[in-house]
Amino acid sequence: MLKKLTTIDRRLIFVLVALAVIIPFVTRMTMGIRVSVPVKEAYDAVNSLEPGSILLLAIDYDPASMPELQPMLMAILRHAFEKKLRVIFIGLWPLGPPLGHMAMEEISKEFNLKYGEDYAFLDYRPGGSAVILAIGRNLKSIYGCDYKGIPLDSLPITKDVTNYDDIALVVDLAAGSSADWWPQLAAARYGQKVIIGCTAVVAPTTYTYFGSNQIQGLIGGLKGASEYETLVKIPGTASLGMSAQSVTHALIVFFIIIGNLAYFVTRRRSK
Amino acid sequence: MLKIVGIWIAAFLTLSIYSFLYKDNPFYKFAEHLYVGISAAYMVILTWSFDVKPMLIDRFITPEGTVNWILLIPAFLSATILFRFIPRISWISRWGIAFTIGMGAGIGLTMALHGYIIPQLQATLLPLNSINNVVIVVGVLSTLTYFFFSVEHRGPIAGVARLGITFIMIAFGASFGYTVMARLSLLIGRVYFLLHDWLHLIK
Repeated sequence: MLKKLTTIDRRLIFVLVALAVIIPFVTRMTMGIRVSVPVKEAYDAVNSLEPGSILLLAIDYDPASMPELQPMLMAILRHAFEKKLRVIFIGLWPLGPPLGHMAMEEISKEFNLKYGEDYAFLDYRPGGSAVILAIGRNLKSIYGCDYKGIPLDSLPITKDVTNYDDIALVVDLAAGSSADWWPQLAAARYGQKVIIGCTAVVAPTTYTYFGSNQIQGLIGGLKGASEYETLVKIPGTASLGMSAQSVTHALIVFFIIIGNLAYFVTRRRSK
Repeated sequence: MLKIVGIWIAAFLTLSIYSFLYKDNPFYKFAEHLYVGISAAYMVILTWSFDVKPMLIDRFITPEGTVNWILLIPAFLSATILFRFIPRISWISRWGIAFTIGMGAGIGLTMALHGYIIPQLQATLLPLNSINNVVIVVGVLSTLTYFFFSVEHRGPIAGVARLGITFIMIAFGASFGYTVMARLSLLIGRVYFLLHDWLHLIK
């Protein structure tokens, strides 16, 4: 029996994983979500800002990371506009800003927002870390105008923004190296407050910045997104996906235990 | 209508990609080649629209009529990289590459020192008055001992180095666990798209 398990058809495992994802969705299974300290501190960092403060939101991911980071973006935007903050969108990834537009299509229906006053899109700029450094000197040296071509001096939200001194908080939603660039450049060199929302792959290395207080908060993966949704009290796709995530994790843990048991038992028998 | 067509195309491509889990097939091949082709074309347009045109061509002559001669330097260095395609003079491409590497090393070095190594060192200089602090200090010191190859790992040094390996393995395990979570999140995202946007089975 155990020997058979070591030669099981991998496609059977794929089917079981697929079922472990589909069934919680269809049955609308819910599980409790406990908020962790890094996410609570990220929430508090946004919550502590005065109404009208500028929040620079860097959308540094592309559609491949949408399942994890788009719910995070939605939850942060809801929180920010609820607090009457003003949001400037930028992107160090070319496909980031369009995802911000997608989010704002939905968010702007919920809040009475005016483009140029409550939020603005400054679009993608190539250069990565060089862009972060340039914003520290002068935002308008690298972003002369917004995505529509309107000069930044003509927009109420950006006309008085020169550099990080005029930005209350940077939120970086990262699927890659930008999770290192913002703490190492904007925070270390310019003393800018930064919170990072990142994919689960990026999260383990980003925890070091949270541990050393280089960033104010950390939202990691779908779990982090679901915690932020819990804090803003608007459950979204992250909270919905967490049940599927938990069931699948339990299944994988079961596979690992069974696989190891089968391996060690068959090895002992062969000796 | 356009949105519905888009959803059906996305659903077809999603299922085509996942069909590889059963075995390689023409649907998977089609989706894979389409993705590679579109990505390559997109990168060409992106490089032209966001790099070459606005940062080099449009800025060479300003609206006031001033010529930015200095832009000829990055233009020349960029052009040298294309010499890689001519084997006889491919060595010229090293000039452009050397500039890129030099600039990257310069930024990276200050970033690493000022933004990573020093703050992380400061964060490790902790009073040993809590379990967390003890774990951090012991973890850092034992891991560093493992990578200290100037003395033979024997006796107490070997014990500390072994403890260092344990910390490294725990870090790898946490990292792998997070990676599994990330990959499952992608699957969850696709399943949600299929059930919600395409089949309307869930609200």
